[in-house]
Amino acid sequence: MPQSLFQKVWQAHSVGQLASGQTQLLIGTHLIHEVTSPQAFGMLRDLGLKVAMPHRTFATVDHIVPTDQRSEPFSDPLADAMIKELRKNCAAHGITYFDLASGRQGIVHMVGPEQGITQPGTTIACGDSHTSTHGAFGAIALGIGTSQVRDVLATQTIALGPLKVRRINVEGRLRPGVYAKDVILHIIRTLGVNGGTGFAYEYGGEVFDRFSMEERMTVCNMSIEGGARVGYVNPDETTFTYLKGRPYSPTGAAWDEAVVRWRATASDAGCHYDDVVTLQGADIPPTVTWGINPGQGIAITETIPDPAKATAADEKASIVEALAYMKLTAGAPIKGTKIDVAFLGSCTNARLSDFKEVAKYLKGHRVAPGVKAIAVPGSQMVGRLCAELGIDRVFRDAGFEWREAGCSMCLAMNPDKLVGDQLCASSSNRNFKGRQGSPTGRTLLMSPLMVAAAAVAGGVADAREIFGVNN
Amino acid sequence: MALAKITSITGRGLTVPGNDIDTDRIIPARFLKAVTFDGLGEGLFFDARKAIADAGRIHPLDDSRFHGAKILLSGANFGCGSSREHAPQAIQKFGFRAVIAESYAEIFFGNSTTMGLACVSADRADIARLAAAIEADPYLEITVDLVGREVRFGGQRIPLTMRDSARDALVHGRWDSIGELLDGREAVAATAARLPYLAAPQK
Ligand code: SF4
Repeated sequence: MPQSLFQKVWQAHSVGQLASGQTQLLIGTHLIHEVTSPQAFGMLRDLGLKVAMPHRTFATVDHIVPTDQRSEPFSDPLADAMIKELRKNCAAHGITYFDLASGRQGIVHMVGPEQGITQPGTTIACGDSHTSTHGAFGAIALGIGTSQVRDVLATQTIALGPLKVRRINVEGRLRPGVYAKDVILHIIRTLGVNGGTGFAYEYGGEVFDRFSMEERMTVCNMSIEGGARVGYVNPDETTFTYLKGRPYSPTGAAWDEAVVRWRATASDAGCHYDDVVTLQGADIPPTVTWGINPGQGIAITETIPDPAKATAADEKASIVEALAYMKLTAGAPIKGTKIDVAFLGSCTNARLSDFKEVAKYLKGHRVAPGVKAIAVPGSQMVGRLCAELGIDRVFRDAGFEWREAGCSMCLAMNPDKLVGDQLCASSSNRNFKGRQGSPTGRTLLMSPLMVAAAAVAGGVADAREIFGVNN
Repeated sequence: MALAKITSITGRGLTVPGNDIDTDRIIPARFLKAVTFDGLGEGLFFDARKAIADAGRIHPLDDSRFHGAKILLSGANFGCGSSREHAPQAIQKFGFRAVIAESYAEIFFGNSTTMGLACVSADRADIARLAAAIEADPYLEITVDLVGREVRFGGQRIPLTMRDSARDALVHGRWDSIGELLDGREAVAATAARLPYLAAPQK
């Protein structure tokens, strides 16, 4: 019987059935970071247990690290305690740790792929919901809670019920100025923020076939915002080319064997999907969120929704709540909404191709007066590559602050935060109330080029117009 | 590991209304800067509580009428967003033992179950009825009966639903799976041995 990648990988990693009816699933690769692991190590100590597979466990530090002043001790004693605790736990258990001095530190979802740790046909877990990013390589990549981090540390397994698989095809081509970020914002807008509940999302179709690994990662990253537990793309030549020669990729004969194996994990033609959704690439506009969840997005050319026009009572209430928080006006165009901050970073969009694409257009432009613009490479490796290519210069010359690798302003755990009710054009993945560090801070999610356009225009703008992207 | 069999929860309730309440709202990220879960209860819905207090009103969590509530009521897609277990930890540490909502985000639901926090679902209209009853009488005693699959209050009963695997795990005292997972040690080794990428430690 033809099988989907999800079924194949699930079966290969099934250890057995638990009394609850759930599956004991083997986790091939465990990624850990400083926020969700210390309590798990504490539980391990309380139970007198050791780490089952330290050689399959990899750590880095991302959420709490400052992106400007990196000397230790950090000015925030809590952050300082967290990095020290991670170091201590990794050393005590023999876990590979990409520390600040390694040159390989970064957001955990960037480090796995760029080190070649993230591989097709594997299971990956991390105490972080955006673990779905790694699905871009054809892995089942699961975000887990701290008790499950403990489970993986102690047993290299978790208890999990099966998922259904929804195939999402995006056919045809994207229009100029439309990016992977727009694709996923559009998918979430179409299927809803909880449309994916109970599902693994398998992304495919011509648009994904043509996508680079980095673009696939952007989409898989936000699967969780669509309610899906995991998202993935079947591995193909693009995947193998990306992985070849990375530090943890197999070499020599082992590489050839691995590629044969990886190819075989892709979904078989004619396999069963529990649901299939097909979208046309040409229908996807540059998309911007206006509300307080990632499904509240509109095309850059649209106006802010009017609760008076909402049909369902639910929808009306959520528009009213979102507009009140966002201080936006129903029916007004989103274009021209004044911004205070532009943030280009996060595990959604802080890879080399993101900065490269923006730099292509940003040359010769200046950040508008009064706008604070920061560009934060997602990993030290991306930072280095940008420096080698002179990309950091382009950003600096335009008036962006160019920072060191970390989660930065994606969430409120390091010094990069919104202040008061500042409005931020952000390439990150969450626009929840207070997400960017101020309880009244406001976030508009969009593609990196749209963030740059907003920075230059001083307000939400159509990147195609600002930069003359060919239409 | 002997775990408590959680068959029913009885106590008073309070409502935090709204759909798509995300874990950033349940526990803002700055409260995650710690190496233990201690003291998390204070951060529960911190920003929402403050915003409401600043506006001169009282958030249900701060309303003395509801002090000591054990059952939290909310809307659909409760606990969406970040996978932080700090969210159900904060709810539990605040004193709640059960949540009644229309539906849950998956990671939140799994995290809660593993901690023995019962997340049951009920119809919107039923939740509204219960919420109104609580509003009318904050001292109303509510029982979430996992065995009988219903919520009882003031002579009324409303049906609850919960994924069988989670309900069974709570009722039979195996909501924390670590013991069972550890028992599978040999089967884990056998499964790992069949997977080439796990066979040899990589460099
Ligand atoms: S960049 Fe943002 S979403 Fe990604 S891991 Fe860091 S905090 Fe989470």
